[in-house]
Amino acid sequence: MKGANLALGAAGLAVFLALGEAVPRLGLVKEAYFPPTSKIADAFAGELTDSAFWTALGDTLTGWAVGLAVAACAGIVAGVVISVVPYLREATASTIEFLRPIPSVALIPLAVLLYGNELRSVLLLVVYASFWQVLIQTLYGVRDVDPVAEETARSYGLGTWARVRYVLWPTALPYVMTGLRLAAAVALILTVTAELVIGSPGLGARIGIAQNSQAVPDMYALIVVTGLLGLLINVGARSVERRALAWHQSVRGEVTV
Amino acid sequence: MLDVRGLKKVYEGSGRRVEAVRDLTFTVGAGELVCLVGPSGCGKTTLLKCVGGLLAPTAGEVLLEGRQVTGPPPAMAFVFQEYGRSLFPWMRVRENVELPLKQKNLAKDRRRELVADALRSVDLADAAGAYPWQLSGGMQQRVAIARALAYEPRVLLMDEPFAAVDAQTRADLEDLVRRLWRERAITILFVTHDIDEAVYLGERVVVLSASPTVVQEQLKVDLPDERDQLHTRVAPRFAELRTHVYEQIQAAKRGGGTTKSDAPQPL
Repeated sequence: MKGANLALGAAGLAVFLALGEAVPRLGLVKEAYFPPTSKIADAFAGELTDSAFWTALGDTLTGWAVGLAVAACAGIVAGVVISVVPYLREATASTIEFLRPIPSVALIPLAVLLYGNELRSVLLLVVYASFWQVLIQTLYGVRDVDPVAEETARSYGLGTWARVRYVLWPTALPYVMTGLRLAAAVALILTVTAELVIGSPGLGARIGIAQNSQAVPDMYALIVVTGLLGLLINVGARSVERRALAWHQSVRGEVTV
Repeated sequence: MLDVRGLKKVYEGSGRRVEAVRDLTFTVGAGELVCLVGPSGCGKTTLLKCVGGLLAPTAGEVLLEGRQVTGPPPAMAFVFQEYGRSLFPWMRVRENVELPLKQKNLAKDRRRELVADALRSVDLADAAGAYPWQLSGGMQQRVAIARALAYEPRVLLMDEPFAAVDAQTRADLEDLVRRLWRERAITILFVTHDIDEAVYLGERVVVLSASPTVVQEQLKVDLPDERDQLHTRVAPRFAELRTHVYEQIQAAKRGGGTTKSDAPQPL
């Protein structure tokens, strides 16, 4: 069954690539704007041998990773503190609901004003966008603590910190993991957006340069690279999630006693 | 050992005032196994949570060895009815049992010793590495009991611990409690709604009235120390005792309706 699915998936991809090759060749679309698959593949191979490409990839991954790490730490700590401290959730709820929907890209002018096209500009946008994903999930997760588990912990003399560590945190972890997975995807989008619009060094900036210099196949090749990055990040996040939540019913499956 | 004096608990919230426990006074001697039995909804769990320091009483006090209980005392361990939610699914059996000991700041060797000993007492030595959700309901409740034992309490509070397991498992667990009580000389306060269970297990049965709760009657169980499921339950004395408790509870239910209006209910 799994093998059949894999074969179908590969066949679908092959058809898609073949169409990408055939449609421009048959003159259905202008080849100048939509190069055939083989040309994109050539440009892709060319990029792989260019050291500037690897530098750009490194810059993008740095912006993504640092931004995500900062957002994750801040989101988790803020989420736990807001939930544990009495009345803080009620006091912050309206502010969070106001700040959260602000699209991160609306902050691009501010980022440029503050930091020009440095890495810090990218980080500002990435952190702002992914912070909310982590924070909101953490807030939901902490709310999910089972009263019986909480009372058990209290009856055995676990203090506030021990309850956070042994009860609240593991309960919230499945939610936090979902938040991190969403944040990882959003962080990549914002990194590339910031590079493209602000011109901070990275894959986004390189896409812009390729477009300006009429290197259309290279532009497509770079877009493919960002797509592959997104794919890898999602697969990676899912495998981390499965490892961390081996005990959770969403991962462990049905258990026969 | 355990003194409950004039205990009263009123829940107040959203305009409703519920008097769960009106006025309860009873004592549990050191090394005694006392069963609290009462009609459903009579505030048994509320009472036990007050005794365990998980809830603050509205009036009255709970004394453990002469000292007032204000929070969960280290000399007390709690076994909850909902074993599936009381055990942490993210920890293995061994870690579940060990966690409270870490909070007691015991050395690692001592912790390991206590965990192994407690798991052996409930015949689960080979399940130490499993997760709770890999075990059957009865085994999970035994893990919860092992966790309580490893804590080395002088008083063990059990809140309808066997209400959610099947009848055969239940019989085994009752015998386990009797055995552990005799081996370890712990004081046990056991809450149940099951009259047979109360009489079979207890040295003394405290019958509670319907809500708002007072003590309806206290009854000494003069069955022999050696009890077993086959013979004890068919003994004439057992039948007498359970009939008596049953009648008391029926009376408590009828009486319970009159407390609000003070008008006698038609029988």
